[in-house]
Amino acid sequence: MEQKVILKAQNLRKTFKLSKKQQALEKTKDKKKVAVADLTFSAYEGEIFGILGPNGAGKTTTLRMLSTLIKPDSGDAWVDGASVVNEPEKVREKIGFLTSELKLEDFFTPNYLFDFFSELHGVSPEDRDRRKAAMFKRFGIDEFAEVKVGNLSTGMKQKASLVISLVHDPDIIIFDEPTNGLDVLTARVVTDFLQELKGQGKTIILSTHIFSLVEKLCDRVGVVLDGRMVVCDTLAELTKDCDLEEKFFQICQEMEG
Amino acid sequence: MKSDLFTIIKKELTRFFGDKRMLMTAIMPGILIYAIYSVMGEGFSSMNTVEDDYHYKVQVVEMPQALAGLKDMEGLEIIEVSSADVDGVKDLIKEGETDLLVVFPEDFDEQLLTYDVTTATTPAPNVEIYYNSAETASGGAYNIITSVLEQLEHSLANKFDICAGEKEYDMATAEDLSTMMVSMLLPMLLMTFIFTGCMSASAESIAGEKERGTIATLLVTPMKRRDLAIGKLVSLSVIGLISGCSSFIGTMLSLPKLMGGSGLEEVKFGYEVTDYAILLVVILATTLVVVGLISIISAFAKSVKEASTYCTPLMMVTMMLSFSTALGVASADQWYLYLIPLYNTVQCMGGIFAMDYEILPVILTIASNLVYAGGLVAVLTKMFDSERIMYT
Repeated sequence: MEQKVILKAQNLRKTFKLSKKQQALEKTKDKKKVAVADLTFSAYEGEIFGILGPNGAGKTTTLRMLSTLIKPDSGDAWVDGASVVNEPEKVREKIGFLTSELKLEDFFTPNYLFDFFSELHGVSPEDRDRRKAAMFKRFGIDEFAEVKVGNLSTGMKQKASLVISLVHDPDIIIFDEPTNGLDVLTARVVTDFLQELKGQGKTIILSTHIFSLVEKLCDRVGVVLDGRMVVCDTLAELTKDCDLEEKFFQICQEMEG
Repeated sequence: MKSDLFTIIKKELTRFFGDKRMLMTAIMPGILIYAIYSVMGEGFSSMNTVEDDYHYKVQVVEMPQALAGLKDMEGLEIIEVSSADVDGVKDLIKEGETDLLVVFPEDFDEQLLTYDVTTATTPAPNVEIYYNSAETASGGAYNIITSVLEQLEHSLANKFDICAGEKEYDMATAEDLSTMMVSMLLPMLLMTFIFTGCMSASAESIAGEKERGTIATLLVTPMKRRDLAIGKLVSLSVIGLISGCSSFIGTMLSLPKLMGGSGLEEVKFGYEVTDYAILLVVILATTLVVVGLISIISAFAKSVKEASTYCTPLMMVTMMLSFSTALGVASADQWYLYLIPLYNTVQCMGGIFAMDYEILPVILTIASNLVYAGGLVAVLTKMFDSERIMYT
């Protein structure tokens, strides 16, 4: 049976202007840096698609374009049929986006913020309360639901952010480095939850540079180097001869060669 | 979505009213203004007056017969001294031990009778009065004695009088004097309060959210950028108004004491409810413009500190415009002046406080400020959509 493409990125390109200071740091005279260059890939409904690459490869920029936080210079991406360029509000309705860059206001409690973001996503009070009870229990947030975010530990904040990014129960979830900066226990909670979401039929796009995470979670993998997706295949196909780490360095060498 | 707008307003106000420190920061200036102005007023009053039962100590050399009545004057203690004591008395005045020294010429009574200004070849007899203007009592004694001497001089060569008798010649009422003073003072104070009230809240809400990374969390929701811009603008205006009102009330309550200390015995305001209502609408429309301007500046800034620095030139311009009522209020014929943002508000408030305004300038001020606020919302919406501004 043919799988349904739920997210399609077509020739996504993003450049950033470099300040003189940045030019000196990057040892270049170019005034622009190509962060993502004509990146094309598709993700199928119900799969976990991993974007693997070293720091600075363009993973985060790609995910920020997919989540409409920034606009591509050229190219487009369609999330469940909605264009990130032309219909950003529709895209934002369909996705849940989590990255360490997105913070919750220290002044409010997880309980208040869950309600606040539910309202912004147009979730009905009944669905909101039902989901809140289930998610807070699932992550143990009910114990600190009324504690201000500013007083929570990093792990607690990450759990609250995760739950709040999914208040509207989106079908497509985009995670940028989901386990970065987490202690092993919280990281385990997050990876277990991602598998649970996949079990519910959700599509997950995640970026990471951790091979074990990709091997544990992903169905398909896109390797991004210097803003280009150089390889995109199933995990099984990529690791049929060697483990993912070995395969990744083979790809890097091929690209350098 | 309409509900998104209310959700943002609700959240911003919850943040403000739920945070005791923010609330205190907004309300404290009003309390402080009341306390400081009241103390200043009391201070001025006590500086300019002496105790009710105080007796001015006046030392006199060569007391003339013509002024013998001074000895019986209530509140004066006349002490006759010789010319040899002059230097010693002067020292006493410097030290505040006595209030005044009056030195008459030796034959003052006789000179008064014989001196004729039309035929005289020598200067008129000179009365020397030594006093200490830094001492309230000495200054008061000086005023009393000079007033008595002027009366004596007038009585000797009285050709005509001006405003003689006990009739009221100054048609200005206490209310008029109060109005004149407040129409110059209050627009400046109000603009200052509106600006400072809006600045801390707006910089915190826009630049602060950028600095803390919480604005990006809002921007990945399906909410329209325009709703976010309007929601912020409206809620920040409410906060700015609360802060501005607190300062305004503090000023109005302390003004009678402050002015009382400046010489006006009683301060009365004859404003009607409609005056206050018009003033409120003008302030509302102005607050939207001020919040809009500060929000746009804050959106460019990377931190609250940077936003405050960027806002300084705008604050200086606002302060400069606030003094424009000292040069008079523009007439309704100069209607185009009421299209200049901030200046129109100051002029309008000057007219309202002077109880001398026409409705056209008021309407132009309110309408133009609402149009400007709309324009500022559009700019802020664009800025929320600009990755270069929001994520750098």
